[in-house]
Amino acid sequence: MPLASRHLLGLYGTNREDIELILDTARTFREVLERPIKKVPTLQGKTVVNLFFEASTRTRISFELAQKRLSADTINFTTSTSSTKKGETFKDTVRNIEAMKVDMIVVRHESAGVPLFLTRISNANIINAGDGTHEHPTQALLDMYSIKEKLGKLEGLRICIVGDIAHSRVALSNIYGLTTMGANVSVCGPSTMIPHSLERLGVKIFTDVDKAIQENDVLNVLRIQLERKAGDRIPSLREYRNYFGVTTERLEKFNKEILILHPGPINRGIEISSEVADGPFQVILDQVTNGVAIRMAVLYLLGTKN
Amino acid sequence: MNIIIKGTTILNPEQNINEKTDLIISDGVISKFGNLAESDYKNAKVYEFNNSYCVPGLFDMHVHLREPGREDEETIITGSDSAAAGGFTGVACMPNTNPAIDTAEVVKFIKEKSQQHLVEVFPIAAATQERKGEGLSPMIELFEAGAIGFSDDGNAIKSASLLRNAFEYVKMFDSVIIEHCEDESFADGAMNEGIISTSLGLPPIPSIAEDIIVMRDIITAEYSNGKIHIAHISSKNAIELVRQAKKKGINITAEATPHHFTLTEESLKSYDTNYKMNPPLRTKEDVDAVIEGLKDGTIDCIASDHAPHSIEEKEYEFIYAPNGIIGLETTLGLTLTELYHKKHLNIVQIIEKLSINPRKILKIPTPQIKEGEKANLTIFDPNSIWTVDISKFKSKCKNSPFNNKLLTGKMLAVINKNKMLFEDKFIHI
Repeated sequence: MPLASRHLLGLYGTNREDIELILDTARTFREVLERPIKKVPTLQGKTVVNLFFEASTRTRISFELAQKRLSADTINFTTSTSSTKKGETFKDTVRNIEAMKVDMIVVRHESAGVPLFLTRISNANIINAGDGTHEHPTQALLDMYSIKEKLGKLEGLRICIVGDIAHSRVALSNIYGLTTMGANVSVCGPSTMIPHSLERLGVKIFTDVDKAIQENDVLNVLRIQLERKAGDRIPSLREYRNYFGVTTERLEKFNKEILILHPGPINRGIEISSEVADGPFQVILDQVTNGVAIRMAVLYLLGTKN
Repeated sequence: MNIIIKGTTILNPEQNINEKTDLIISDGVISKFGNLAESDYKNAKVYEFNNSYCVPGLFDMHVHLREPGREDEETIITGSDSAAAGGFTGVACMPNTNPAIDTAEVVKFIKEKSQQHLVEVFPIAAATQERKGEGLSPMIELFEAGAIGFSDDGNAIKSASLLRNAFEYVKMFDSVIIEHCEDESFADGAMNEGIISTSLGLPPIPSIAEDIIVMRDIITAEYSNGKIHIAHISSKNAIELVRQAKKKGINITAEATPHHFTLTEESLKSYDTNYKMNPPLRTKEDVDAVIEGLKDGTIDCIASDHAPHSIEEKEYEFIYAPNGIIGLETTLGLTLTELYHKKHLNIVQIIEKLSINPRKILKIPTPQIKEGEKANLTIFDPNSIWTVDISKFKSKCKNSPFNNKLLTGKMLAVINKNKMLFEDKFIHI
């Protein structure tokens, strides 16, 4: 069964069968990554462009590696400023790149909606690698994969996303995807970091991290993004760490095993303490490995779909 | 030259006229009003407009003509062509041009450019120099040159103290301050805040950004006994504030745009930048409040906020794309479709909102329909069904979310300044 769509724009509206198909396919590729020769010829002859309009190292490298493992030809187009500011419109940039005959575009942009816009002006398969504070579907898929790998299921699990929810693209994709898979999703953070009307997405809201720990099976701890004017919304990193930081003391208080995820990069000692980040319940580096497998799965499923 | 207008219902609530009768216009002046004799048809060209209304020329008090500065997007002439095609014989243009309308020279430039056109163009001058919110513009000089109101449109006047001074100053010549109500500290968003902005991941603007400045402006207008007009009002709370201020006797008026009584934030789900405007499209509740405000008179008039933007700029990524849509050629159709045919407003109220009240706010006399008066008229068929086709727009720009929309109610002809626009042609009469 192929995927319903020829693009991966987000997990909103992506059905359960498709998510399961991606997760299952990723498991196969996860095995490939353990082989001495980690390369398969699946996408030989396909050309993929990584179109990154916003600084990113991890996601881009992860995609690039996934493309190489699948034997695709890859090109990176990275610019930290919007091309509109340079005088060439975004549309012209994309058309120029497409004129070089590319099959798939992986795109990251600081404006929500850019991947959808790309589907209107390009014939390539579009994969969203993060658009504004909207979605980052492959991150959520690798989070889901990592949870499932560790706990064996997603359905019925209580999963809390902790941090700056309003400025996170990871949170929204996780909320959409996990809800589809039957998990109970909640968020936790200072109220200034919870977006308007979020509860209407069927999400429980915590502002007390102790309560969130007590009532959940998984914590997905987000990076506090200092670059996104966090200062308007929290008084200081010190106060954030003291009241929202995930620390060993907090976890020990409830004497429970709770799975810890973090999409990276970590601000050690702020949203998560070093002991927790390196502790027994975390899967932070597994997430990175799984990320390559998930991206291989998505590229494969879209790239071989007619 | 004599022309005869036949078959129409002459309607001017201000003169208490509502009758089906004929008109003769001789050299641009109404020479006969009433049933015609056989001899009247000699040397006259007859125009039959069955099932139509003939009303004092429509007036749009909020348009952006882009000249001087962005003549690639619109000029005074193309904007006026667009106005005429939409049924308007007069417009007031906003000062966010480059340079801004903040000197008498720019006011005169605009008046001069529009002199030969059927559509009368009335410049609204910047309230502050370069619209920077730092010092008052030369308001007396601007007024004498022909400015009919003052606004920093695009922004609210920066500080309450400057706003108060603007009120005090224009009182000397009984002019009006027109405010774009938006608190700057909330202004970096791309759409209305709520469940839709959250689920689309677009940076939100809360509706209180509008309410706060409306409140500030009401308080300041009351204190300084100034005359305030609220541009493109869109939030339920702001409308209620205006309603209460009117009850208190404060000198306040307000306008609403067709898009704010037609569309909701739901449209943004397409990430189509033709739905990106400021104030942003809001909720169904707000749309209902705009309609209610129009019904009970809290909102005095309808204005398009005609804002031409080039295709390339509207095709920018959503958060970078400029705000606004063009509206001159869809305002009448949308108003009739959404308000008249849905029985929110009757035809008299429609004429008040589109012709009489905007002129009143700007102290421009309503064109009279009687013998001896210059003919300044709009003739429209309220029941004619047509499909919006942006490729046929007279405006230089095509940024409208209403392309392909079916509308009921269409302009048939406009007459003003010895000219008539009929079947897509300007005719000298």
